[in-house]
Amino acid sequence: MGGMGELMDRGTGEGMDTAFFLAWFEDAGRLVRLQRDRLTALDAAIGDADHGANLDRGFTEVRQAFAEWPPATPVQALVSAGTTLIRRVGGASGPLYGSAFRQMGKSMDSPVTLAVFAAAFESGVRAVERLGKAAQGDKTMLDALVPASRELTRAVQEEIAAREAFERAARAAEEGSRATIPLRARRGRASYLGERSVGHEDPGAASAAIIMAALAAVAS
Amino acid sequence: MKKLINTAESVVEDALNGLAAAHPSLRVRDRVVYRADAPRPGKVALVSGGGSGHEPLHAGFVGHGMLDAACPGDVFTSPVPDQILDATRAVDGGAGVLHVVKNYTGDVLNFEMAAELCAGVEVAKVIVDDDVAVQDSLYTAGRRGTGATVFVEKIAGALAEEGAPLAEVARVAADVDGRSRSFGIALTSCTSPAAGKPTFDLPGDEVELGIGIHGEPGRARVPLVSARELAAIAMEAIHGDLPLRGDLLVMVNGMGSTPLMELYVVFAEVESFVRGKGARVTRSLVGNYVTSLDMQGFSVTVCRLDDDLTRLWDAPVETPGLRWGR
Repeated sequence: MGGMGELMDRGTGEGMDTAFFLAWFEDAGRLVRLQRDRLTALDAAIGDADHGANLDRGFTEVRQAFAEWPPATPVQALVSAGTTLIRRVGGASGPLYGSAFRQMGKSMDSPVTLAVFAAAFESGVRAVERLGKAAQGDKTMLDALVPASRELTRAVQEEIAAREAFERAARAAEEGSRATIPLRARRGRASYLGERSVGHEDPGAASAAIIMAALAAVAS
Repeated sequence: MKKLINTAESVVEDALNGLAAAHPSLRVRDRVVYRADAPRPGKVALVSGGGSGHEPLHAGFVGHGMLDAACPGDVFTSPVPDQILDATRAVDGGAGVLHVVKNYTGDVLNFEMAAELCAGVEVAKVIVDDDVAVQDSLYTAGRRGTGATVFVEKIAGALAEEGAPLAEVARVAADVDGRSRSFGIALTSCTSPAAGKPTFDLPGDEVELGIGIHGEPGRARVPLVSARELAAIAMEAIHGDLPLRGDLLVMVNGMGSTPLMELYVVFAEVESFVRGKGARVTRSLVGNYVTSLDMQGFSVTVCRLDDDLTRLWDAPVETPGLRWGR
């Protein structure tokens, strides 16, 4: 439980604290900005070339929201980030990511242990499935999020440390995103392309993998 | 990229300022374009919205006989729930509000979220999904909403102006969508100000079939052929989905950078195709109505009319984009 012990040492000493979630969003925003052009290029291939710009704008707004109303709890951080993404991003990614974080926040118990985190994360992923009427294999962000969620649940069952769990989840998300390349899109704007969507990585899955990479980076 | 902009970030704001300055019949507030005389007590109000870059859709269709408010998002990005919520509350004259939503995942989600928050306002919605280029509807996000949006907004807007109740306006709006089909063909890609380069590469001698309105690639790429052959490709796709018969409203729409002369060349072929199938064009629109920034190309939208729909189409309208009878 080495990694978990370190995480638990942050702040309250009783689990992942508010600072951990703020750091997650900060780092996700930083990575999205670094990969903004890659996300936009992926979206240009099978969508409408705005994913990088929209998410970059969204995470910038999240940072501003945190500065204006500093969240006092992990739940507040998640709900504030989610609400901001819904209200400011537009497109499909705003409501989908926003609802995921809001739902995750609303189903979060305290203290935030890995088990609590994993259950809340799964609940957030379910919200994306429900709203997007999509499932893993449809070539969407769910192809990264569902495997990541599965790894987190498995890590809880195997009593693996949080740091290691987040690394596995990030890896699963990255592999899931790459695995969208041969898929034919069945949901989202890429679905209009039919067979021509084959051979391209889904930009939503790619951004989900980035957000999970930020989680692993913040925990390490 | 060569564009008449100040900055890529301010392009939507700057264009809305221009729209408001040019049309005293409109008011722009917090990224929503309103009829200056809204709310109209007792009249069902129509609110639409979607990404910018399709002008005159939607803001150019705000006014008497069409929309009460439009919510423009960023370029090719749906508006956010706050805009839709503000618009819905502001234009409700007590008779309820119809949301006209083009069938894109983002538009549908954001309008749904706004509708859930509109406590106290009766809200109905119509989803416009007329693009026959999207097949396999069970395995896609469904057909896209394109040119038929203009028909839905015009005809439902006229009915609302006559004082029809919300349920009736919503029913007729859905009926117009059900009777309408579209197909688009691009000669070039388009360049979004934020991206700075064309969304896809299209060699000089090829055209993209079955495009949407966001610079997304279509279903197939073929060598450039004559306007007659391109019109036939579009019309066969439409006719194969909804057989052409009776009186038709036909729009030949430019994608933003197509000379009007070429649109008329296409219209002549479309009209001749329709006659060949034993139907007739009784109402028409030729011009730029649902554009895709600076894309060259056209889309055709066909609606099978009946007497009531023809009357509503002919009813007075006064908006920046459509204007007659007043």
